[in-house]
Amino acid sequence: MTRIRPLPVATDPVATGPTGPTVPGGGRRRTAVRRRFDRQAAVGWLFVAPFATLLLVFLLLPMVYAFKLSLYRSTLVQGEVFAAFDNYRQAFADPEFRSGVLRVLVFGLVQTPVMIGLALVLALLVDGVSSRFARMLRLAAFVPYAVPVVIGTLMWGFLYSQNTGPFRFTGIDFVAGDTVLASLGNLVVWQWAGYNMIVLYAALQGVPREIYESARIDGAGAVQVALRIKAPMISAALVLCTVFTIVGTLQFFTEPLILQPLNPGAITNSYTPNVYAYNQAFSYQQYNYSAAISFLLGAVVFVGSYIFLFATRKRSSLR
Amino acid sequence: MSAPVATTSSPAVRRSRGTVGTHLVMALFVAYFLLPFWWLLVAATKDNDGLFGSEPLWFADLHLVDNLRLLFTQDDGLYLRWMGNSALYAATSGVGATAIAALAGYAFAKLRFPGRNALFALLLGLIMVPATALVLPTYLLMAEVGLVDSVWAVILPSLLNPFGVYLLRVYAHDSVPDEMLEAARIDGAGEFRVFRSVALPAMRPALVTVLLFTMVASWNNFFLPLVMLSDQNLYPLTVGLRSWYLSATIGNGGPALFNVIVIGSLVAIVPLIAAFLLLQRYWRGGLTIGSLR
Repeated sequence: MTRIRPLPVATDPVATGPTGPTVPGGGRRRTAVRRRFDRQAAVGWLFVAPFATLLLVFLLLPMVYAFKLSLYRSTLVQGEVFAAFDNYRQAFADPEFRSGVLRVLVFGLVQTPVMIGLALVLALLVDGVSSRFARMLRLAAFVPYAVPVVIGTLMWGFLYSQNTGPFRFTGIDFVAGDTVLASLGNLVVWQWAGYNMIVLYAALQGVPREIYESARIDGAGAVQVALRIKAPMISAALVLCTVFTIVGTLQFFTEPLILQPLNPGAITNSYTPNVYAYNQAFSYQQYNYSAAISFLLGAVVFVGSYIFLFATRKRSSLR
Repeated sequence: MSAPVATTSSPAVRRSRGTVGTHLVMALFVAYFLLPFWWLLVAATKDNDGLFGSEPLWFADLHLVDNLRLLFTQDDGLYLRWMGNSALYAATSGVGATAIAALAGYAFAKLRFPGRNALFALLLGLIMVPATALVLPTYLLMAEVGLVDSVWAVILPSLLNPFGVYLLRVYAHDSVPDEMLEAARIDGAGEFRVFRSVALPAMRPALVTVLLFTMVASWNNFFLPLVMLSDQNLYPLTVGLRSWYLSATIGNGGPALFNVIVIGSLVAIVPLIAAFLLLQRYWRGGLTIGSLR
C-alpha cells in the first residue's frame, strides 16, 4: 500500500474567477492596469513554471511513455514492433495477472470494511470519551502511520515468525498459503487505521454538539447517538476514507514484496498487479508488458476514484 | 488545528468520562497498536541468539550497545551511509518540493495569468493518478537519458507534489490578504519581494505541514528508490534494510544478522517518532486542512 497523501475533502477547489482587484473603466488608468496585468501574467507563469515542468516531465510524460511502450513488443528478430493492444489482450488472458487482480479485489473487499469500521470505532471512542486515556489512544493509533511501511512490515514479519514471534505458542503459521493474506490485512490495518481514525475524528469534531443534545433528551444512549447520529453525520468522510483505502489496496506492493522471502511459494512473483509489473520489468525484462500492466492499473485506479469522488461530491452538495 | 476542546455550556452535551467497559476496549486497542514497538524495543537489546531463544516480549541479556556497534560497523558502516542518503533525499526533496509548491500555490491563488484555471484544472485532474503506476515508466524514461542509479533519479521525481500545491493554493487563497499584497505593490515592491515578505509569512503553518509531509514521505519512500538504484551506496534506509532482510532470510551468503536488522529498524524510526511527537499539531493539520475549508 502506498502512503496516502493529505486529504482534500471534496469541497469546490477550482479557481473561481480572478482574485485581483476589479478594474474600473477609464482610459489611461486602464492601460496602466493593463500593463501591470501583463507583468503579473509573466510573473505568474514564472512562479508556476517549475511546478508545470515537473508535472509535464514526471507525470504526463511517463503516462504517455508507458502507453506508447504498452503498444509495442520487443522481439528477438525485428526488435521493437508495433503490436497495438496485444499486450492488453495478453494481460486479460494471463491467469497470473488475473489471479493477482482477483486477490487485491478480494483483499480490498474484506479489508476495507474492517479497516473503516475499526477506524470509526476508534474515532467515536476518541471523540466521545474525554479522558487522558482517550488522548493516549488517539496518539497510539496514529503512531504507526509515521513508521515507514518497510519497517512496519519488517516488525510484523518478526512478530509473525515461528522463531522470533510472541505468537509462536499458538502454533499458527501466519505466513502459510491460506493465512498470509489475512496477515497482510492485519499489517495494513495496523499501519493505516489510525490515519483513517484521524480523518473521521476531524469530521466528528466539525459536527455541532447541540445536535446530540436533543437525541440525549429524547432518551438515546451513548451508543445509539454514536451509531444513529454521529456516523451518518460524517458519511462524506467515511466514503472518502473508503475510496482512499480501496485505492491503496489496488496498488498493494511493499508489504507483500518485503514478506515474500518468508514464504515465496505463497507470495508469488504475481501476487498483486504491482508486484507482477515490477517482476515483469526487473526479473523478466518484459518492459512492454510491464508498462501495459502499470498503465492498466493506473487507469483503473484513476477512473475508479474519480467516479467515486464525483458521486460523493454530488451527494454532499445535495444534502 | 488545535487540540479539541470540549467546552460546551450544557452538561448534557459534555463528553462522557467513559465507563470501565469503554476503557477496557481502549486499553486493548492501545496494546494492539503499541505491541510492535514494544517488541522492537525489547528485541533491539538482544543478540542473535537471544532473538531466537528468549521470551519475545521481555528482556534477556542486554546487548544494546553491542548491537549499535555492530550496526554502525556492518559492511564498513554502510548503515550510516544509508542514513545519510535518507536524510539527503528527505531534506532536498522536502525543501525543494515545498518551495516549488509554495510558488505555484501562491500564483494559482493570487496572480492572474492566462491559462491559470486550465493548468489548475489539469492539476486537479491528475491528482488521483496513482504514484506506483508511474514508477516503472519514470524509471524507463530516466534510463533513456542515463539518470538512473544516481541521487537525481530519487530526488527529481520527488519534487513533484500536486497535493502540496493544492493545499497551499487553498491556504494562500484564504490567509493571504489581497490588501496587503496591494499595499506592498504600491510601496514599489517587486512581485518576488511581495511573495517573500507578505505571502510566505502568512502561509507559514501550511508550509510547515507540507514540508513535514514531503520529508516524511521521502524518508519512508521505498518503491521509487528500489527501482531507481542498484548501487547500494546510494540506497536509503528502507531499501537498504530490505536488502539485508532479504539476504538474511534467504541466507544466500549475506552477512547480515537479524539483530542488526532489528536495531537498524529501531534507529531508523527514532527520528520519525520524535518528529511525530514534537510536531503532532502539524500532522493533524495536514490531514484535515482540506476538510476544514
